[in-house]
Amino acid sequence: MSTITIPRLPAGRTLKLGGSRIVNEVRTYFRQGDSVFFTFLFPVVMLTIFSTAFSNQTFGSDDTGSEVSAAAYYLPGMLAAGLLLSGLQNLAVDIANERSDGTLKRLAGTPLPVVSYFIGKIGQVLVTGAAQAALLLIIAGLFFGVALPTEPEAWFTFAWVFLLGVTTSAVLGIALSRVPRSGKSATAVVIPIVLVLQFISGVYLPFSQLPDWLQNVAGAFPLKWMAQGMRSVFLPDGFEAAEPGGVWNLAGVAIVTLLWLVVGLVVCRVTFRWIRKDS
Amino acid sequence: MTDSDPAVSVTGLRKHYGKFAALDGVSFDIHRGETFALLGPNGAGKSTTIEILEGYRDRSSGEARVLGVDPSKGSLDWKAQLGIVLQSTGESGAVTVREQLSHFAGFYPNPRDVEQVIAAVGLEAKASTLIRKLSGGQRRRVDVALGIIGTPTLLFLDEPTTGFDPESRRQFWQLITSLKNEGTTILLTTHYLDEAAHLGDRAGIIAGGKLIDIGTIDAIGGADARVPLVRWVDGGVSREQRTSEPSTLVARLVRENGGSELDGLEVVRPSLEDIYLGLVAAYENGASTSSATEVEKETAK
Repeated sequence: MSTITIPRLPAGRTLKLGGSRIVNEVRTYFRQGDSVFFTFLFPVVMLTIFSTAFSNQTFGSDDTGSEVSAAAYYLPGMLAAGLLLSGLQNLAVDIANERSDGTLKRLAGTPLPVVSYFIGKIGQVLVTGAAQAALLLIIAGLFFGVALPTEPEAWFTFAWVFLLGVTTSAVLGIALSRVPRSGKSATAVVIPIVLVLQFISGVYLPFSQLPDWLQNVAGAFPLKWMAQGMRSVFLPDGFEAAEPGGVWNLAGVAIVTLLWLVVGLVVCRVTFRWIRKDS
Repeated sequence: MTDSDPAVSVTGLRKHYGKFAALDGVSFDIHRGETFALLGPNGAGKSTTIEILEGYRDRSSGEARVLGVDPSKGSLDWKAQLGIVLQSTGESGAVTVREQLSHFAGFYPNPRDVEQVIAAVGLEAKASTLIRKLSGGQRRRVDVALGIIGTPTLLFLDEPTTGFDPESRRQFWQLITSLKNEGTTILLTTHYLDEAAHLGDRAGIIAGGKLIDIGTIDAIGGADARVPLVRWVDGGVSREQRTSEPSTLVARLVRENGGSELDGLEVVRPSLEDIYLGLVAAYENGASTSSATEVEKETAK
């Protein structure tokens, strides 16, 4: 019936627009005081508090017999917590807010591909998560005298645990953003999940001191594995014996985190909508 | 492509929320290059209609074509041809006016110049200000700027001038007039009837989910609704009479008054607002089952 022709958009714009979204997202992130404090600086604040408060306690000693400081002991957990906060907490709250304040509705009316929007969000998490990890390492190294690893293998492990962890965490954040009914309820839905996970996954409490059943519960979620991967990088070899089964189990870290990444991607693909139609 | 294909074509459009019919069989066409004003009271179904056409809501039944495409299945190619100014939103606004416009310009294959658009909405002085620090009217102008940045073929304006001061409104009218002159098709909803009269080529009036009248701005409501009204004061009593020959009536009245001036004389041609209010009032006075033509007859009485 109709003879109106609509010109085709040029190919290859999804990635280019994804890049443009990353710039926009990172800029917006650092201009919002609450996101900077509660997701970016929070692990740094917690590391400072724990390192100072427990500075007289002993956490064991390394192969040469020198004591492991509180800062060195808590650094891996805070790095893992940073992955969870920068990814899951940040995006779940951020996107729920964008859905209720009209940002997504506006984007839905433009020719922006959904994938470009996702690239922007995940890119934002990569950039801010990397800056956060760098800040944690600098503060631990310079202010608390933590001896950072020198072997390239350790940094290689750090790199893949970080990349896999932060991406999984970001994807799960996008998936979880669908749950809160409004921006106002977003923090009420998301923060308890994040807090409980941190307490049972060996971030604030030593994982080896948790009862077996709680360790098993935590083992079903990715944070426990991210923290374990980080411990394998930053704690002395002697600490491996305290892990479940007495091994770092990096294969387990990779498998469980990847599994959650795949689950998160499928949930995003199936449930993400720009707006709740007919709400 | 032929010019005779309508930009928007709606037939028997219905939208139900449970048992409530927000839209109950609305039909109209918007021709290419035309500015069509959709008028009606709050809750009449204007925004439901416009959001169905924008692809934000699904219709319950009926046909809708926007640039030849079913809006519930619109692709990105299709969206690139549209400009959408929604009713106001509450975004965090942590970017400047210029950053926001440059970013959105990148979404479109054929964007307008960012600085020219900023100037066209009168925000040159605020180009480097964060959007969250703007006043309500200024934020609204950013909304309008975002709606036109992609050089749309079809522009949706949902109550675009809410919160504008009179000067900004005039400036907005000039902007819309220049878009019309470039051939942009525009669907406008507004509560300002002078705005509809100034910008619109045709108007449709929606009440209770039904289209109660449609026509060119100078013909809507029918000829009877446009009959001029003569008002005067006779011995302290206000009098008024509708007549298609007001000069003759005034001349007769002056003669009967012994050739002296009439007190409080007015000759009023009903404005679009008067006609609109008459149509809506007639509809709401139990005319829910009557057709548009019956409504017109009642208004004329």
